[in-house]
Amino acid sequence: MSDSSTHAETHVKIQDVTFYRGDRRIYDGLNVCFPRGKITAIMGPSGTGKTTLLRMIGGQLQADSGKVLVDDKDVGQMARNDLFDLRKNKMGMLFQTSGLFTDLNVFENVAFPLRVHTNLPDSMIRDLVLMKLEAVGLRGARDMFPAELSGGMIRRVALARSIAMDPELIMYDEPFTGLDPISMGMILRLIRGLNEALGLTSLLVSHDVEESCAIADYLCILSGGKVIGFGTPDDLRNGDNAEVRQFLNGDPDGPVPFHYPAADYRDDLMAGSN
Amino acid sequence: MLQAILDLGRYGVGSIESIGRAGKLFAQSITWGGPGSAGFLDLIRQIHSVGVRSLSIIIVAGFFVGMVLALQGYYILVKYGSVSALGTMVSLTLLRELGPVMAALLFAGRAGSALTAEIGLMKATEQLSAMEMMGVDPLKRVITPRLWAGIISLPILALLFSTVGIWGGAYVAVDMFGLYDGAYWSNMQNTVEFGEDVLKGLFKALVFGVVVTWIAVYQGYDSEPTSEGIGKATTKTVVISSLAVLGLDFILTAVMLGGV
Repeated sequence: MSDSSTHAETHVKIQDVTFYRGDRRIYDGLNVCFPRGKITAIMGPSGTGKTTLLRMIGGQLQADSGKVLVDDKDVGQMARNDLFDLRKNKMGMLFQTSGLFTDLNVFENVAFPLRVHTNLPDSMIRDLVLMKLEAVGLRGARDMFPAELSGGMIRRVALARSIAMDPELIMYDEPFTGLDPISMGMILRLIRGLNEALGLTSLLVSHDVEESCAIADYLCILSGGKVIGFGTPDDLRNGDNAEVRQFLNGDPDGPVPFHYPAADYRDDLMAGSN
Repeated sequence: MLQAILDLGRYGVGSIESIGRAGKLFAQSITWGGPGSAGFLDLIRQIHSVGVRSLSIIIVAGFFVGMVLALQGYYILVKYGSVSALGTMVSLTLLRELGPVMAALLFAGRAGSALTAEIGLMKATEQLSAMEMMGVDPLKRVITPRLWAGIISLPILALLFSTVGIWGGAYVAVDMFGLYDGAYWSNMQNTVEFGEDVLKGLFKALVFGVVVTWIAVYQGYDSEPTSEGIGKATTKTVVISSLAVLGLDFILTAVMLGGV
């Protein structure tokens, strides 16, 4: 499935990954490569473990078998300090609930990674933070606290914070959910813009087919613990995989049936009358 | 029947796993240093939030407990004509027993529950995960300063509790019952030993500080990240740490008195 990305250099590679949550198998020999410098949208039905995949790449969850390679280094096998170094220098992640620190204001939230990880003087931190906030259009909201912000603004602050250390890889977990159309448009523009301006590798987990197709270079469609489609949005829409087409078109019935497996309808009804 | 045995086994295994996770958390977070470790200022801030903010409840409670002790003690001692021993009785009871225990129980209710809820909510709102992904170890950044703040604060709070309690006792004995204040204070001075009574009480408070704060941060860190989960975790903190304090108190007293 990953051959469509061979013309770009691979940044993140998932190799034969198996993952169990309790007794339930989430992934069964998952293989996929995410190309460097591109936006790849990871899509699929609810419960297929899209967020789990991001957390495995970030090293917060460990695969039961197989490898998760970031820059050819296995995240699952890394020593604790190396893993924290990797996250500090190379990765950013935007969480679904944003994870802003509620006891810090907007400015201090964005300054947090800089203050912790660098010894820069205050004046330089101030400049850097204002630059990041300017990029997301919230320089004027620097003194507000997360509780005073709207959902869209919270996400933009979190975005500014996750690029504070200039990562090479940024992961977005459901960045579009619960946003009004205007905020959604802003986030879309920011994701695209950041990708172009900084050459970031962006991984995007989302349900929103329209929005994802609009900004993603590649789509990666997961279902049943495997990749069922990987390619550009156009290729997949016109491809011959019926399940992928059903997902992209949002058809209620198809290879993924409308009905949960059940006994024969007629027999079921008749059984009640006895 | 079989199901009951199965449940019992699962409960047992679950409890032991939980103790293991708590031990691991303690071992990882008791030392300073590591990715994004908290600084001295964070410790001061936490001492303020768990220690200084518990002052009012500790002082008020201490004063009342001291007054009640003197009241009860007076009615008992007056029968034997030995009310002059009231100061000794009040101070020894507070320093050796009630100071550390009551302060620990109040601390669990006031500061322990707040710690659990705070950490649990940070977990539920993905603040801890976000920290981790920024290359900052939440154990070092969030847990370590809170753990140490509790360990440092409780002995001081216990000492304050006893001090205020002794004043409360003096108020009842001297001002209400007209006991000669020289008798109250000098008998106390003659009988209370620093090493034997004050230090042993402080040691108890130190142990309680470790245990209560440990339980509180563990329950928060291990809580289910939902509103119900945080509610449960907060309750558990108060219940488990109260029982642990009372149980440990008996063990520590028995060992220190040399009775075992």
